[in-house]
Amino acid sequence: MNTFFQARPSSSVNVHEEIPQPWIEKYRPKSMESISAQEQTVAVLKKTIESQNLPHMLFYGPPGTGKTSTILALARELYGPKLMKTRILELNASDERGIQVIRDKVKNFARTAVSNRRDSDYPCPPYKIVILDEADLMTQDAQSALRRVIETYSKVTRFCLICNYVTRIIEPLASRCAKFRFKPLDISNTTSRLKMICEQEAVNYSPQTLEELAKLSEGDLRKAIMYLQSASKLHKKEMITSESIREIAGVVSDDLINSLVESAKSNKDETQLEEAVTKVIDSGFSAIQILSQVQDRILDDFQFNEAQKARIGEFIGQFDKYLADGTDEHLVILNLIKVISDTNE
Amino acid sequence: MSLWIDKYRPTTLENLTFNQGLSRKLKNLTDSDFPHLLIFGPSGAGKKTRILCILKELFGDGAEKIKIDQRSFETQRKKLDINIISSKYHIELTPSDVGTYDKIVFQELLTEIAQTQQIDADAKQRFKVVVINEADEITRDAQAALRRTMEKYMSNLRIILCCNSTSRIIEPIRSRCMLIRVPLPSIDEISTTLQHIASNEEIHLSKSLADKISLQSQRNPRKAILTFEVMASQKKKLNDNVEIPKVDWEQVIDDIVGKIVKTQAAETLSTVRQKIYELQSHCIPPSLILKKIALGLFTNEDIHSKAKFDIINSATHYDHRLRTGRHSIFHIEAFVSSAMSAILSTKY
Ligand SMILES: Nc1ncnc2c1ncn2[C@@H]1O[C@H](COP(=O)(O)OP(=O)(O)OP(=O)(O)O)[C@@H](O)[C@H]1O
Ligand SMILES: [Mg+2]
Repeated sequence: MNTFFQARPSSSVNVHEEIPQPWIEKYRPKSMESISAQEQTVAVLKKTIESQNLPHMLFYGPPGTGKTSTILALARELYGPKLMKTRILELNASDERGIQVIRDKVKNFARTAVSNRRDSDYPCPPYKIVILDEADLMTQDAQSALRRVIETYSKVTRFCLICNYVTRIIEPLASRCAKFRFKPLDISNTTSRLKMICEQEAVNYSPQTLEELAKLSEGDLRKAIMYLQSASKLHKKEMITSESIREIAGVVSDDLINSLVESAKSNKDETQLEEAVTKVIDSGFSAIQILSQVQDRILDDFQFNEAQKARIGEFIGQFDKYLADGTDEHLVILNLIKVISDTNE
Repeated sequence: MSLWIDKYRPTTLENLTFNQGLSRKLKNLTDSDFPHLLIFGPSGAGKKTRILCILKELFGDGAEKIKIDQRSFETQRKKLDINIISSKYHIELTPSDVGTYDKIVFQELLTEIAQTQQIDADAKQRFKVVVINEADEITRDAQAALRRTMEKYMSNLRIILCCNSTSRIIEPIRSRCMLIRVPLPSIDEISTTLQHIASNEEIHLSKSLADKISLQSQRNPRKAILTFEVMASQKKKLNDNVEIPKVDWEQVIDDIVGKIVKTQAAETLSTVRQKIYELQSHCIPPSLILKKIALGLFTNEDIHSKAKFDIINSATHYDHRLRTGRHSIFHIEAFVSSAMSAILSTKY
């Protein structure tokens, strides 16, 4: 078969730390102390670790706020880096998670008794941890069956469910867990983390650009770090400008958005509207991005009264749904611009 | 003899003609802390060519020695086949080929790749690359299956997602990737390329004709080069007034638009239907047919501006239905009749 799939006998396992990695992995917090901005959550978790009585847990919050990092850090603090691998079972959306599979895997994992081998530097409590990442993507059926599994094995295992949308976890399951909310990071927390990375990587930055970056990342620290690496890689050692950061985030330039909205407002004929739209679409910007920037632009425009803004807003809601279902982006943006021009008349 | 489009395809980042600023930036990227990439832009912009150049930059010439295999997957209900292009260092696949079963491909294939290391001990990078085409067509479930894989196996694996738009890529995937936007090249850039080809092929091509070809190709370099090759094969001398051939199916669209503008009646609908069938039998995708008719009507000078509001509204409405429904012809026809009634209502 394909040589691509053959494994090379790996002589060098676990040189992990030395391999240069993209920054989002390189700067994943290794200990619970270094998790930014989730002080409350971390403090409560630390307390529970000390009391040796870990409950089942449910972590929820938007992407890139530290959920996965926290449970990994917690496991490391409980078992130490060596034992950690044998004490946790991670199941995520890339695993088959039909309930039968979960039951079998958890059963096998829980069955092997916790060995007496201990790392004397760590507490090593007598239970194992099952991490169910992306749990909100499990079917309702799988979730309700999971209740039994949790009960059956709760002597020897603790479960940690992780999700973005807590409302998609069925109540009977959620109520069995201690809930921990992960907040989107605010600007100052994001900037201070970025500053630390800039110093380690010798990136040339100005405080304004870091702040701009933090704003554009909307509380998602992973996104902020990814943007930072993009900016510094793509610009080698030059100073990072705020323009380049907007480009990296896929934000349409204000000029382009303005020219689009202005052409709609100035009673241009349809051929001219079409040309204005084609120009933005050919530049490769995503229609969702254009839609949201045009919306912001309209909301700030005092030349439209409230009724007009409401009318446009209603259409925008419709267009968002269209785009999510894969409707042609060019047509949708053209429709948007025609609506604005029509409303303006 | 190969087509010019292949003959003149650049294979290194330095030689990429369009968007040289972007190419220079990409060159800085090819270190070992290379991140996952999400490359997006209109079709024809040269995303694929750029990806091949990145691979070559990362791994050297070995990345160009490719082969094609077929892999089969068993599911409870059926057996799936997917084509895989691979070199020693990378593989490329189009998961949307298996429709809603795409998640299985990721679960089996990616996890398998992720858990093995580079075979070639002398490889320039420790990681392998998986190129995923049409990433915006992947189901949300399958996208979710990528999330932890992209993090957990970072030391063995990098992913390059390639798509037209990021609108349908879920947020957690977007934030795991470096975003690279590839716009269509400018008219000038395309003309320069055409003239470069012309001088290599020893054909005379004036700047103004080159501009005309580029313009008519709507900034799509692939289309421009193909058109130019057709023109060159037809005539010996290319003067500035020579007609630039339009693609057959676009002429059919022009026809349809003309008919709709001229008579808004039931018989128009049945002639239009014949033409739509004709287009479909030539593999023109239904959504493209609807779009081109809609744009043709929207920019037609004989239609009242009021009618155009309704026309563009029903274009998005029926395109949406077409994508979520099953029988595309119904939706195209429904659009055509609603366009005709919009035109009629502004006539008197
Ligand atoms: N609170 C935080 N403190 C420090 N780094 C963080 C924090 N949150 C996110 N990061 C950075 O972002 C990366 C991803 O974080 P993590 O995997 O914990 O996110 P997540 O909340 O699990 O997101 P998702 O919902 O997408 O899985 C980390 O490797 C780290 O670099
Ligand atoms: Mg996570």
